[in-house]
Amino acid sequence: MKKILLAIMMVLPALALASGGAHLDKADYDLHNKESLQRGARIFVNYCLSCHSAAYQRYNRMGEDLGLTVAQVKSNLMFAAEKVGEPMTVALKADDAKNMFGTKVPDLSVVARARGADWLYTYLRTFYIDESRPFGVNNTTFKDVGMPHVLWELEGMKKLVNAEEVHEHGAAPEFEMVTKGKMTPVEYDSAMRDLTGFLVYMGEPAKLIRYELGVYVLLFLGLLFVVSYAMKKEFWKDVH
Amino acid sequence: MEMLKSLLGWVDARFPATKMWEEHLSKYYAPKNFNFWYFFGSLALLVLVIQIVTGIFLTMNYKPDAGLAFASVEYIMRDVNWGWVIRYMHSTGASAFFIVVYLHMFRGLMYGSFKQPRELIWIFGMLIYLALMAEAFMGYLLPWGQMSYWGAQVIVNLFGAIPFIGEDLSVWIRGDYVISDATLNRFFAFHVIAVPLVLLGLVVAHVIALHEVGSNNPDGVEIKKNKDANGIPLDGIPFHPYYTVKDIVGVVVFLMVYAAVMFFGPEMGGYFLEHANFIPADPLKTPEHIAPVWYFTPFYTMLRAVPDPFLGVIAMGGGVVILFFLPWIDRNPIKSIRYRSLLHKINLMFFAAVFIFLGYLGVKPPEPVLAELGLRFSEVYFVFFYVLWFHSKPREAGFSYMSLIGWIALFSLNDLVRVTNDTQQLVMIGALIPAIYLAVMLLAPLYTNLNKEKAVPERVTG
Repeated sequence: MKKILLAIMMVLPALALASGGAHLDKADYDLHNKESLQRGARIFVNYCLSCHSAAYQRYNRMGEDLGLTVAQVKSNLMFAAEKVGEPMTVALKADDAKNMFGTKVPDLSVVARARGADWLYTYLRTFYIDESRPFGVNNTTFKDVGMPHVLWELEGMKKLVNAEEVHEHGAAPEFEMVTKGKMTPVEYDSAMRDLTGFLVYMGEPAKLIRYELGVYVLLFLGLLFVVSYAMKKEFWKDVH
Repeated sequence: MEMLKSLLGWVDARFPATKMWEEHLSKYYAPKNFNFWYFFGSLALLVLVIQIVTGIFLTMNYKPDAGLAFASVEYIMRDVNWGWVIRYMHSTGASAFFIVVYLHMFRGLMYGSFKQPRELIWIFGMLIYLALMAEAFMGYLLPWGQMSYWGAQVIVNLFGAIPFIGEDLSVWIRGDYVISDATLNRFFAFHVIAVPLVLLGLVVAHVIALHEVGSNNPDGVEIKKNKDANGIPLDGIPFHPYYTVKDIVGVVVFLMVYAAVMFFGPEMGGYFLEHANFIPADPLKTPEHIAPVWYFTPFYTMLRAVPDPFLGVIAMGGGVVILFFLPWIDRNPIKSIRYRSLLHKINLMFFAAVFIFLGYLGVKPPEPVLAELGLRFSEVYFVFFYVLWFHSKPREAGFSYMSLIGWIALFSLNDLVRVTNDTQQLVMIGALIPAIYLAVMLLAPLYTNLNKEKAVPERVTG
């Protein structure tokens, strides 16, 4: 009997732990904030779109959804395309990418739907110096990632203080700034929130309207319910 | 009006339009006491129509080509006018179909709708369920994401576990040695034409069989036994207009839930649309954790519960096939749960809970504790059908004990084969799950009043 009780006690925590994962920070982005999405788009085209494509997203659609004119899109956000109706592709060839980074560079159109906003927001803020890696950086959210820290000039470079706790126990990483970037840590977090919001928008442009549309659809169905229920009542009066 | 009447007369002389209208709607007498559970048949028909109509619009823009499929779905989501609504209607509809069908089946289980004389309705229904599974499985490959690809890989590989012909069979299904463009093309053909045709035919057969014998009801009383002078069942009301207007209310409520999912959470936390399926299929990168979509997971758990691949496939297939035999398993003459014993009610509710729990286990990685629970609740799932048969009539004490000992011995034998020093405690505790279930279900009738049944009324109540 004691043995069984002991075993039950051993089993219970295992059940509780069955759903665990790496530590993620809350992204807290705001899709209603057009300016935030515009700032995110600017970071995206300046820093990400050199290697990563967003092949399902068209420049003009982005402009429309983010409240920008064609001229604004062309002069501020379009560096690698001729026409505003083109999708956001890159010139980097898959084979070249493989030689440079040791892996294919993924398209980012729907990355927010695959990874989730919190993951992206955390990932963008957890690069740290690791001389053993080809580009001198590693990432606590995506271990041994092939991507260099392309945003280092904004964030600066930092080192991981509690490596052991992070790698052994999955603790939240703590960093220490080594070289300063153009932005303060607070500014950088806010910029990454903008970028995450933009990636979420890009993952599903319909997200900007579907909630509002859903409310109207439900209101209509609510009305239809009242009418159809009254009709049912009327017909069923004579069923005893 | 006169013109219309004569036109109808002209048609009726050549085609039984009025006759069919009367037979299936205006003079089809359904019991007047249908409750909440009786909405799901017509709702299943509604979802079928939604899936076919949205499916037609999706095929106008979808490209069944390994190089283009993933992108074409994204173009539907972005560049096709209202394409995202059509796509979400279809993806939400797939899950809604299974929810509605599972509830419809559970209704049949509760009120004994599969029992004599409705065995064929149940069989046709089960065939619809099988076709639906095939339809859903092949449709899930089409977006060509990582889960599409690897899910299909896992399922098609199951056929490879069949002795002798397995390997050739799975190659024949795929049209290649791995899931590839050839597989995508043929699954597309099956998904948009072959299986829907079968489904429609089966639905017609299901409804015709139903209208031949008449609907069951929550009391499990045959309304045709009590007719008035004109031969109309006393407890029957014409399907149209009474149930058409009632079902419209059901349709509106269903659409509210459906629209809420579609517009506010089409991914349903990764259960309706899996996150990993937004990564394009990559034959060289196996995902860490491959989980089928939620509606297959109870059977997936049964598959994983058995270490031997072939026996696992048998267990998984058996989990579905055994349902076909329900009319000959539950032989208790009382149809409705209302007049069955409390023990039977507990048994049925527990079965539903076990099915949901097996589904939950199927989306989780098979860690030791969860795998053990998967095996134990799979055992309960199968032995439930024995209990159902056992409760068909009063049983002798000797037979009850023999049954209990027999099943426990069988499960223990399996435990003895697989147990190791490390898993000893886990196996011992796990063994309690089917043992307690069986002990309660088989022995309670001997010592308690739990198995007391009630008298079935002559006419429907309420």
